[in-house]
Amino acid sequence: MVNLPEESLIVIKNLRKSFNDDGGVLNNVSINIKEGDLVSIIGPSGCGKSTLLRCLNCLELIDSGYLRVGDVELKRDRPDQRPNEVMLDAAHKIRGEVGMVFQGYNNLFPHKTVLRNVTLAPMVVKKMSPDAAREVAMKQLKKVGLEEYANKYPSTLSGGESQRAAIARALAMNPKVMLYDEPTSALDPELVGEVLQVMKDLDSEGMTQIIVTHEMQFARDASDYIVFLDKGEIVEYDDGDVLFTQPRNPRTKEFLRHFTGMAVAC
Amino acid sequence: MIPLVLKRPASRLRRAVFLIAPLAVLLASVISPAGAATGDENNVIRWGGDSEGGFPFMFPNPKNHDELIGFEVDIVDEIARYLGKKTVYVNNAWDNLIPGLTRGLYDMAINGLEVTPEHEEAVNFSIPYYKTFLQLAVRKENLDISSLEDCRGKVVGTLKDSYAQMVLEELGDVDIRTYIVEANTYEDLQNGRLTAALFDSPIAIYSAGFNPEIKFIGPPIGEITYAIAVTKENSGLLRDINEALVHLRDTGRLREIYDTWNLWSPIMAAEFNDYSPRAVEMTRYNEWAETHRPEVALSARLERYAGFLPDFGMAAIVTMKVSITAMFIAISLGLGLAIARVFAPGWAAAAATAFIEFMRGTPVLIQLFFIFYGLPSIGVKLSPFWAGAVGLGLNYAAYEAEIYRSGLFAIPSTQWEAALALGMTRWQAMREVILPQAIRVVIPPITNDFISLLKDSSLVSIITMVDLTKAYGQLAAAYYDYFGPGIMVALIYLILGLPFVKFSRYAERRLAEQDKGGKRGHDNFYRMSARWRHTNLRSKES
Ligand SMILES: Nc1ncnc2c1ncn2[C@@H]1O[C@H](COP(=O)(O)OP(=O)(O)O)[C@@H](O)[C@H]1O
Ligand SMILES: [Mg+2]
Repeated sequence: MVNLPEESLIVIKNLRKSFNDDGGVLNNVSINIKEGDLVSIIGPSGCGKSTLLRCLNCLELIDSGYLRVGDVELKRDRPDQRPNEVMLDAAHKIRGEVGMVFQGYNNLFPHKTVLRNVTLAPMVVKKMSPDAAREVAMKQLKKVGLEEYANKYPSTLSGGESQRAAIARALAMNPKVMLYDEPTSALDPELVGEVLQVMKDLDSEGMTQIIVTHEMQFARDASDYIVFLDKGEIVEYDDGDVLFTQPRNPRTKEFLRHFTGMAVAC
Repeated sequence: MIPLVLKRPASRLRRAVFLIAPLAVLLASVISPAGAATGDENNVIRWGGDSEGGFPFMFPNPKNHDELIGFEVDIVDEIARYLGKKTVYVNNAWDNLIPGLTRGLYDMAINGLEVTPEHEEAVNFSIPYYKTFLQLAVRKENLDISSLEDCRGKVVGTLKDSYAQMVLEELGDVDIRTYIVEANTYEDLQNGRLTAALFDSPIAIYSAGFNPEIKFIGPPIGEITYAIAVTKENSGLLRDINEALVHLRDTGRLREIYDTWNLWSPIMAAEFNDYSPRAVEMTRYNEWAETHRPEVALSARLERYAGFLPDFGMAAIVTMKVSITAMFIAISLGLGLAIARVFAPGWAAAAATAFIEFMRGTPVLIQLFFIFYGLPSIGVKLSPFWAGAVGLGLNYAAYEAEIYRSGLFAIPSTQWEAALALGMTRWQAMREVILPQAIRVVIPPITNDFISLLKDSSLVSIITMVDLTKAYGQLAAAYYDYFGPGIMVALIYLILGLPFVKFSRYAERRLAEQDKGGKRGHDNFYRMSARWRHTNLRSKES
């Protein structure tokens, strides 16, 4: 492992997850992520990338394994162990520490303005006053370049603007880590850049980020590490340049071969 | 000679009531021992009749819609006076007068009940109080027809399913046109659509006796005998009634009643062996003729209709009150049911589902009857208003619940996950994100449901509330005019519903505008609800 558990912000150990009896979606996944790192997760469709993020965010409860985000730990010994109050409490806390941006761009709340989308969780979850929440929200909207859009409704936004607003909405909760599940995959090509730029900016501010992406160039250039996930297992976990130029595993090579135009040493 | 079945005139409205009246009788008899005959103990005679049964037997007074008048009402009053008892009137649908009697809803039934073998199997009859016959009527210029036999090959109108219809069928070779409303028959006779009309004599007299365009012709046809029915067990009362009738006949009081109503006839003279000339004015008949003469000018008619407006106004308030209260119950209870069905633990969800299916799967009419007549047996006595509002409210709650549920399922599950991912609890996500969106989806269908509830509220008229429909029935029966008041009441329902139609359109438009450009995820809340219940991934409630 590249990072030692004790100095990592996020620790995943022996994580297993399956949805039914015919085989696990995630098999014994372990990974440590340092604060401030930008980690990209790549891998073929259906290999469990989204499931990994959803487990990390506790939108799915892990079957077994250990999960730590900051100080919050979640441990489940066996799949048949009934989730107890301690676990559910930890899951809720972890969701509070983790911000998430989903695939597609219709995840803003359509009945609220962009500003109200951003202020909602701080007010409801953190019980912030409307003024305080508004201040936080405007700061985040400015960061993603949307302060002009505060009073617009989501249906009037472009895909790229929507994703940036979603990032601002997550940031307003002051998360320890941001997760992105293919944040640009539903966008027109010319809108991809503006979203990636936001992530780069956040990286330079020291935000810890985990990104599931098919933007190989971005993964290679911006990531501190790249995880190659296949069939629910971490096949390789390495520095971007290393993974792209000297993949150790034939499955990695095979996967990267599909992305023509990328310099892949074979 | 006399057929076994004879149907008294039945308005459309009353026919509708026939369908449900047996149930009322059943429920009332099962649950209410207090409904049993208690006349002797209380020195009271409970008598059963049908207030919409028709003229001149018993009908609402056109001058005062709350008062029941008719020659049978006068006879009951005289009998009670002779016996030194008070009367209590119990209304029941005409078709169910005899079942109601045998089940003890009242001590005696009188409303043109004919002495037939079937009836005599079920109840005992007093001596006849009235005998009558069928009366043929033609236009005054008609010289071809002077008897029933002359009607062969002609177009003749009569009441549907009546004795007169059977007589015409037996005659053969008659083009029979059957009607539900007597007045329409005579209108068609007058305007030439019919050559003749054949009706019970009292109905003929009260429908056309005052119409100068129409004349009665030919000898009396057939014979119809009316008597008072009492239960087989109540021979004491039967004896009393017979004694009273004999007394009234012998003192000439009965004759007086028939004279005031213009119902004395040669057949009655023979029956009572009284061939003396009329001694009193036919005041009651004249009052009727005055208000029903066809030459009542349009302006007078309109004036009469204007006079209905206060009645309809009061009734419209009742309709709105019941509808709005019921809708309030439906909307709030429906929300609870939908939430229980989607989110609650298995047993509660099953209970909500069972309630919804039960309410949707049984007629609201039966539910209303059950609440109004059935629940008192377990000590729950609701006023007619609350019985109606609760009955309709419970029924519509089932439908609203299903609307809410589909509203919830219309919200993509990504909305739900986005809210949870922001650290919200389930209920915060529900309250702040899912419900506000779901409510907008359901506003148009719920508004539409309110419009249909407004119309269904007419059902409360069968549990004794005077709503628009009941007011229509009463006014129409009083004047025997179903046309003008019918248009009025239809317009009023339309006007009451109009704001909600408009609101529904507006809400739909708003929704369409909001959705413009927004793409809904393929995944929806439906999947999320399954996960809500089946996985144990729960956020701790705040
Ligand atoms: N809620 C679910 N129920 C059942 N199977 C699921 C569910 N979510 C994901 N899966 C399955 O798990 C596997 C991994 O899915 P996913 O994590 O979405 O893959 P990726 O994001 O890498 O394309 C797929 O085979 C998918 O069908
Ligand atoms: Mg995915």
